[in-house]
Amino acid sequence: MLPELGQAVLILALLVAALQAVLPLTGAQRGIAAWMSVARPAAFVQLALVASAFAILAHAFVIQDFSLKYVATNSNSLLPVVYRYTAVWGAHEGSLLLWALILALWTAAVAAFSKSLPQPVIARVLGVMGAIAFGFLAFLIFTSNPFERLLPAAVEGRDLNPLLQDPGMIIHPPMLYFGYVGFCVPFAFAIAALLDDRIDARWLRWTRPWTNVAWGFLTIGIALGSWWAYYELGWGGWWFWDPVENASFMPWLAGTALLHSQAVTEKRGSFRGWTLLLAIAAFSLSLLGTFLVRSGVLTSVHAFAADPTRGLFILVFLGLVIGGSLLLYALRSPDGVDGAPFAVSSRETLLLANNLLLTSACAMVLLGTLYPLLADALDLGKISVGPPYFALLFVLLMAPLVLLLPFGPLTRWQREQASRPVAMLVPWAGLALGIGVAVFFLAPQGAWKVAAGVAGSAWVLLGTMRFLWSRLRTPGSRFTPEMLGMTLAHVGIAVFLVGALLTEGLSRQRELALAPGQSVTLGAHAFRLDGVERHAGPNFIADTGTVSVTRNGTALGVMHPEKRSYASGGQVMTEAAIAPGITRDLYVALGEPLGGGSWAVRVHVKPFVRWIWMGAVLMALGGFVTATDRRFRRREVA
Amino acid sequence: MNPIRKRRLLLVLVLLVAAAVATTLVAVALQRNVAYLYTPSEVLKGEAGEHARFRLGGMVQAGSFARAPGSMEAHFAVDDGDATLPVTYTGILPDLFREKQAVIATGRMQGGIFVADEVLAKHDETYMPKEVADKMGAAHQKHGVHADADVPAVGQ
Amino acid sequence: MRWLPLAIFAGLAVLLAAGVLLSRRPDRDALPSPLIGKPAPAFSLPVLHEPGRLVSLADLKGAAFVLNVWGSWCPSCRDEHAVITHFAESKRVRVVGYNWKDDRADALRWLEQFGNPYWVVVADQDSRYALDWGIYGAPETFLVDANGVIRWKHVGALTDDIIHDQLLPALAQSEQAR
Repeated sequence: MLPELGQAVLILALLVAALQAVLPLTGAQRGIAAWMSVARPAAFVQLALVASAFAILAHAFVIQDFSLKYVATNSNSLLPVVYRYTAVWGAHEGSLLLWALILALWTAAVAAFSKSLPQPVIARVLGVMGAIAFGFLAFLIFTSNPFERLLPAAVEGRDLNPLLQDPGMIIHPPMLYFGYVGFCVPFAFAIAALLDDRIDARWLRWTRPWTNVAWGFLTIGIALGSWWAYYELGWGGWWFWDPVENASFMPWLAGTALLHSQAVTEKRGSFRGWTLLLAIAAFSLSLLGTFLVRSGVLTSVHAFAADPTRGLFILVFLGLVIGGSLLLYALRSPDGVDGAPFAVSSRETLLLANNLLLTSACAMVLLGTLYPLLADALDLGKISVGPPYFALLFVLLMAPLVLLLPFGPLTRWQREQASRPVAMLVPWAGLALGIGVAVFFLAPQGAWKVAAGVAGSAWVLLGTMRFLWSRLRTPGSRFTPEMLGMTLAHVGIAVFLVGALLTEGLSRQRELALAPGQSVTLGAHAFRLDGVERHAGPNFIADTGTVSVTRNGTALGVMHPEKRSYASGGQVMTEAAIAPGITRDLYVALGEPLGGGSWAVRVHVKPFVRWIWMGAVLMALGGFVTATDRRFRRREVA
Repeated sequence: MNPIRKRRLLLVLVLLVAAAVATTLVAVALQRNVAYLYTPSEVLKGEAGEHARFRLGGMVQAGSFARAPGSMEAHFAVDDGDATLPVTYTGILPDLFREKQAVIATGRMQGGIFVADEVLAKHDETYMPKEVADKMGAAHQKHGVHADADVPAVGQ
Repeated sequence: MRWLPLAIFAGLAVLLAAGVLLSRRPDRDALPSPLIGKPAPAFSLPVLHEPGRLVSLADLKGAAFVLNVWGSWCPSCRDEHAVITHFAESKRVRVVGYNWKDDRADALRWLEQFGNPYWVVVADQDSRYALDWGIYGAPETFLVDANGVIRWKHVGALTDDIIHDQLLPALAQSEQAR
C-alpha cells in the first residue's frame, strides 16, 4: 500500500517539476510575474514530495518489505538496522532517488536563500533546476522504479554487497552526490545568464558561493571515497584511476577551474566565456559521471542490446542537457571585448594558465576513461587503460601548476612587473629547493618522489605564507573570508602533496606466508603473527588474526585483521587492520589460509598517508569559508 | 605587421606547439598503457601475438586451483568454454576469486603458461571492465537479481 | 569560436552513435557457443513437479526440443515468459524448462502464478550440469535436435522476432538435415 503511494508521490513530483520548469522559464521570457512566482513554491513542494518518496522507500527497508523487488535484491533479514538505511542507496534505483532528493534539497536551498535575487533570475535558475529534476524523475519512474513489486514476495532477500556494509557507505555517496548535484546550481545560473544575456559582477556574486559550497562537498566526497577504498578494499591503495573514481574527479577538476575563473570574471570581467563553459562542463561531467557509474550501461556500448530503454534514455537526456546548453552558449554567449585587456605578466595570465592546465587534466582523464568505450564502439578491441597513463600525464600537468601557484596571489591584476613577485618569492623558492635537496639525500627510498613532494609542498606553503604576511602587515588592507578560504585551500594542496608523494615514495609492503610465531620486518617495524581464530558476527563468520607490532624492538600494540564470510551471499571480505598515525599508517590484511595454520599476509607501512585526506579536508574547508564572504550576501537592488 | 597581430600570432603559435606536444604525449602514454583482453582460445590461436603484456579473461576452471601448502605461489587454469590456459600467480588472490567465476589476469605468456602479475576477480576493488562479460557472453547482470552486478566496488 | 564546444560535443556524439549503430547485432555479445554442432551434454535431473522421477537427455531424444533455462529469481525470465508461452502453444516443438539454481517452492509458485508452458521442467538446483552446457546466466535457450545435437543457443530473453528469425529456421534446418 505504502509503496504504491510512493510511486504516486513520485509521479506528482514529476508533474510539479514540469510546472516548476515550464511556467517560470516562460514567465521570465515573457515578463509574466504570476508564472515566475510559481518557481519558489514549486521547489518547496517538490522537496516535500521527493522526500516523502524517499522516506517511504527507507521505511520499506527498515521493516524489510521483501515484496518490493528493490528491497529484496539489496537487503536481508540479517542486515543490521543501520545498514538497512544505507541499503536504500546501495544500488541503481535507490541511488537515483537519492540523487533526485539531493537535487530537490539544493533547489529548495536556492529558493530559500535567494531573497536578494531579482525575480526573473530566480525564476530562470529554479526553472532550469526543475527541468533537470524532471529528467531524473522521468528516468526513475519509467525505467528504474524503486517501488516495483516482486510478486510473489521473496521470503528472504539477497544480501547487500558486503563491500557496502560499512560506515563509509553511510556518508560517502550522499556527500559525493551533494557535490555532483550541487554543480547544478552554477549550471542553472549559467543557463539563466545566457537566457538573460547578462553576465556581470552581480551575477557572479550570486553564483560564486553556491559553486564554492558544491565544490567543497565534492572534495569531501572524493576524499571519503579514497579513504573508504583504502581501508575497506584491503590493498592499501588510495587512488586507482578507475572509471568510477575518474567519474567523480573530472567534475572536480572542471569545478576547480570554474572557481578560479569565476573569481576573475567577478573582479575583472574577463573570462566570461570560460566561466560559462566551465559551469556547463562541471555539471555535464557530473551527469556523465552519475550515469557512467550508476547504470553500468555506459561502460559497454553494446549493453544497449541488453537494456535499451535505460541506455537510450540516458543518452537522450545527456544529449539534451549538454547539447542544449552548448547550443545556447553558441547562440547567446557574450559578445565583444571580454573585460579589460591584460598584459602577459598579470594575475589574469596566471589564472588563464590555471584554467588551461586544469581543463587539460580533465580532458586527459576523460579521454582515458572513455577511450575503451570508443574502441569498443568502433570495434577496435577490448582494451583497458592502465593507471600509469593517468598518473604520468596528471603529474606532468600539475607540476607547472604547483610551480606557478604561489605567484598567483602575489601578482597584480592587469599588469605586473614580473620582477616584483619573483623577488618576493625567490628566497622561499631557494629554501624549498634546499629542503628538497637535503631530503633527496636523506630519503631511505623513492628519493625523487619524496624530494619532489617535500620541495613542492614547502614551496606552496611558503609562498602562501608570504602572501599572508604581506596582506596582514599592510595597514588598512582587508583580509576577507575569500582570502582566508584561498589560503586554507592552498595550504591544503601543500598538505596533500606531502601525503601523496611521500606515501608513494616511502611506502613499504610485503606479501608473504606467515605461520603463527613468524614475523616480517619492514624498515624499523616488525609484524609477528600470533595466531588466527574464528568467531561469529551479526551476519558473518570471521577469521581474526592477532598481529603484534614492534618498532625498533619497542612493542607498539596488537592489530586484528579479519577475513569475513557473509552468511547470505557467501561472499568473503577482507577487513584490514589499520593502526593510524599522523606520520604513518600501519596496515595488515589477511590473505588466505595456506594450510598448516599459516596464512598469506600483507603488511604495509604507509608514511603520511593521512595527509592526503587531511589536505582534501583543508581544501574543502577553504571552499566553505570562501562562500561565507559577506560580499556575496549583499542585498541587491534589482 | 603591427604588434598586436604579432602578439596574437605568437600566442597562436605557442598554443599550437603546446597542443602538438600534448597530443603526442597523450598518444604515447595511451599506447604504452593500453592493455588488450583475450580469452584462452584467442591466445592459443595466436591472436595475442604482438602484445607482450596483455589481459587474459575467462572463468577459473573447476578443480584447477592449487597452491603448495605454505607457499604464496598459486596455480589455476582459465577457461572460456572452448580452451584452457594454465596460469601462475604469486601473491594474495582477491577475495572474490573463486573457481567457476570470471577472472581477469594481467601478465605475459612464458612457455605455455600465463604468468600473471595481477589478478582481478568478479567485482574486485578495481571496477571490473564489462568486456570480460561481453567476451564470454557471460552476463553477470543476467546472473540472477544480484544487485552487486551493477555496483562498482568503490560504491557510490 | 563560440561554436567550437558544441561542434566537439556533436562530433563525439556522432562518432559514438555511428559506432553503436554499425556494430549492433543482437547476438554480438554472445560468444557463439562452442557447443553448437556438438552432442548435448548428458544429464539426469529430477522433474520439478515430481522430484522422485528423473529425466535424462536420452529420454528426450527422438524429436527436437527447446531447452529454456530459467529461475524464479530472474526478472528477464519473467519478461520472456509470455513469448515462451506463446511459442509453446504453437506446439511446433517441445519446450523443456531447465529450472536453474532455484528453490523448489519458489519455482513451483512462479509457475503457478505465471503459468507453466513447459512440456516438462527439470530442476538443477546445484548447477550440476550447467557448466557442461556453458550456461552462465538466465535466461538462456538451446535448440537440441532429434539426435541430441545442439543446433542453436540464445543468451538473454527471447522475443518473437528472435524465435521467428533464428529459432524456427534453425529448427527447420535441423529437421531437413535428418
